[in-house]
Amino acid sequence: MFADKTTRGRFAALMTLASAIALSACTTTGDGAKPESASAKPDKTFAATPAGDPVFASTYKPFPNISTAIKGATIYDGRGGMIRNGVVFMSGGKIVSVGGPDTPIPADIAVFDGTGKFVTPGIIDIHSHLGDYPSPGVEAHSDGNEATAPTTPEVWAEHSVWPQDPGFSRALANGGITALQVLPGSANLMGGRSVTLKNVPSRTVQGMKFPEAPYSMKMACGENPKRVYGARGRMPSTRMGNFAVNRETWLAAIDYANDPKTKRDLAKETLVGVLKGEILIQNHCYRADEMALVLDMAKEMGYKVAAFHHAVEAYKIGDLLKENDVCSAIWADWYGFKMESYDGIMENAAFLQREGACVVIHSDDQNDIQRLNQEAAKAQAAGKRVGIDIPDATVIGWLTYNAAKAMGIADKTGSLETGKMADVVLWNGDPLSVYSRPEKVWIDGALMFDAMNPKTRPVSDFELGQPGEGDVK
Amino acid sequence: MKQLLALAASALALTAATPALAQDMVVTNAKLVIGDGSDPIEGGVVIVDDGKVVFAGKPAAGQTFSTAVVVDAGGAYVTPGIFATVTTLGLSDVSAVEETNDITARGTPFSAALDASTAINPTSQHILVHKAAGITRAATTMLPSGSIFAGQGAIIDLDGDANPVVQARAFQMISLGENGADRAGGSRSAAHALLRAALREAQALAGKPGIPQTTAIDKADEVLLSRFDAEALVPVVTGKQKLYVDAERMADIRAVLALKQEFPKLDLVLVGATEGWLVAKEIAAAGVPVIANGLIDLPETFEQLGATQSNAGRLAEAGVKVAINAATLQNPRRLQQVAGNLVALTKVPGATGMSWGQAFAAISSVPAEISGMGGKSGVLKPGAAGDVVIWTEDPLEAGAVPTKVFIAGVEQDLTNHQTRLRDRYKDLDESNRPEAYDW
Repeated sequence: MFADKTTRGRFAALMTLASAIALSACTTTGDGAKPESASAKPDKTFAATPAGDPVFASTYKPFPNISTAIKGATIYDGRGGMIRNGVVFMSGGKIVSVGGPDTPIPADIAVFDGTGKFVTPGIIDIHSHLGDYPSPGVEAHSDGNEATAPTTPEVWAEHSVWPQDPGFSRALANGGITALQVLPGSANLMGGRSVTLKNVPSRTVQGMKFPEAPYSMKMACGENPKRVYGARGRMPSTRMGNFAVNRETWLAAIDYANDPKTKRDLAKETLVGVLKGEILIQNHCYRADEMALVLDMAKEMGYKVAAFHHAVEAYKIGDLLKENDVCSAIWADWYGFKMESYDGIMENAAFLQREGACVVIHSDDQNDIQRLNQEAAKAQAAGKRVGIDIPDATVIGWLTYNAAKAMGIADKTGSLETGKMADVVLWNGDPLSVYSRPEKVWIDGALMFDAMNPKTRPVSDFELGQPGEGDVK
Repeated sequence: MKQLLALAASALALTAATPALAQDMVVTNAKLVIGDGSDPIEGGVVIVDDGKVVFAGKPAAGQTFSTAVVVDAGGAYVTPGIFATVTTLGLSDVSAVEETNDITARGTPFSAALDASTAINPTSQHILVHKAAGITRAATTMLPSGSIFAGQGAIIDLDGDANPVVQARAFQMISLGENGADRAGGSRSAAHALLRAALREAQALAGKPGIPQTTAIDKADEVLLSRFDAEALVPVVTGKQKLYVDAERMADIRAVLALKQEFPKLDLVLVGATEGWLVAKEIAAAGVPVIANGLIDLPETFEQLGATQSNAGRLAEAGVKVAINAATLQNPRRLQQVAGNLVALTKVPGATGMSWGQAFAAISSVPAEISGMGGKSGVLKPGAAGDVVIWTEDPLEAGAVPTKVFIAGVEQDLTNHQTRLRDRYKDLDESNRPEAYDW
């Protein structure tokens, strides 16, 4: 009912290459003198941590875990592979081996019988507002849209995330979500930086930040920005106004990047990060024609779009999206709630797959994030009815590897491959069936949820002493 | 062309000799779901005569029926049409496009008198899309906007013909709790005061004959209730029209149940009832049915702190009549998915779900009964409307859709805007002409 909250952002973990990022124009203070470090400052000289150095750094560390194997289950590896009666072995927080029934399992480790069950990589939601629009959704918690100017690349979604949002635990227990990208909303053309989180309970957002995940910047096409600002009698009030403001903003960022003497500007630092390819673009965009215009704007300004989100009309331009190597993050069945969603069809994912384009199933919703597997199943079934038969193992990739790829973390998680993070879900049945639920969820090899053990249900501070504390939910 | 169908294994000599109406049809070889909570019947048959079910079950030897339409379901699931409640189907084209939206009416001086049946558009794409999803009937209503009263909801069918309204003014819908408090001026007390004042006005008017004038009632703030609105509440206070009350919090639910002490004839139905499980025994004792939120498990508001997906199952276990609420879903065609999830809960330790039959009933016969359409819709029993759906697979499974939909025995065209877009974009080949020529 409340589709498409206008504002959400994500901020990813630290940029990996602080030095490489060192924006030539941006690391300096006003007088051009580069400080040694923030701590060794001479009298009367003050300096912030240089741009590009880690700030608000991740403090997440994998929780204690024991070497664990699951055997006898059907395994979907997230990259299109399927193994029946397979073995997944994890140790030290990493996937050690994935294979058939003969895969060696060391003695003296925990072994779960997965007979009749299924194993997938941890589910990843590329589009969430948990924490930024937490439950309870009271006005005091409305922290997803800095809707006071049409471009706010300077805001970081992580500064809004409330780690006590009970939604994180529901996403874990019912959805098998192990990582998610929290985005600013879509009130603004440029909503700010996103943050990628490990879905672990934490007292601080830093304790959830996905180590070394890149940042993304949220952009938004179409109705929302022009409505929000048009209603205030300011630009943009039209779709052409949307593009004009975007292009002016990019041009200013390019000038900034080329001027070594300019003062630091948080907004432009984000934009320059995008131009350098260090910050990804997640672009809310419903209509096919607008996506095509955005792709040309990206070419004009020299950046790349990682994914179009809510792309209900992506099926009209699957060829173009494939050619440009852009993912479409979509729902299965949302349609008709706003004008730009009028042409939503359930075959969207299947038609994109037919073109070889990248499909990601996303939620944008605190309820749907608990059932991304079912959304994918609905989209798969719609394809099958029109003769597009997409294997189950490929469909699982829509909510694991493809999401990780579009978030820039596919080298770390999103698939069951040796050396990757042991983010794993054991389902009590076929994950593409409505009748199945996560039975166990591991994050970096630590068992963070077990349906068989009530004490493994995280209970947020907010829920303590309230009706239903610790209930099965 | 009519044919005489001999139903294989049976004896029910059914000489349903009605004229060759389009509403005659037989579905054979069905995995038949009656909709009353019972288990599916393999090899079942449904016979519809003159738009109504005359037989549904395992055929007896020698049973015959004269019909123009015979459909072999090939062993597929065959069910009554889904009965969706509570919905806004037919009241908007695009909810965020105000011009097309008749769901709310903030600017009107009227409230309880609003009558959704006057605004239903039977060819709304939402109706066509949801018919293709197996929903054949729905309780549809405006939502409270300028007042705690949404107005009077209707029961509609989704066949897209000129007469969508099965029953106008089937229920009055009001909102208590946070939403009602807001509409009434900022406090639950204000909402309850308004409700009581309105019901007392209606009691005073009850039984007074003649065509009343629609002048405002003489009270301090006359905009709260016009004469026309008070008249509309007469059937509510006299128990002739159901009162659907949207309430979530345990205390709010108790306050609703307590209304019966002051207004004993009220025919109450709870809608939402997120914390209903906490007072399930009281609800059961009061005999009040619940159109419950199925999967809401987050404290999205302070009145939903106890939210759990086990709500519907626990209510049912306590003996409450429970239907699944469509109003909190992304769209009502998700009802079947919600029902499937309630079945899934039976495998989750500590959770309370529903059996398959019970879950299907919660989206078919039970909501029909709650709407006053018991035995007439949402069930395949003699006398019920011939709303029959044949499915691709288990109808509660993710992705299941109908292959055929019959409403009152008439096979429905399942074409809509979405199927036309689907057909156009089956390929992106524009080498000869643009896609606009492909139709």
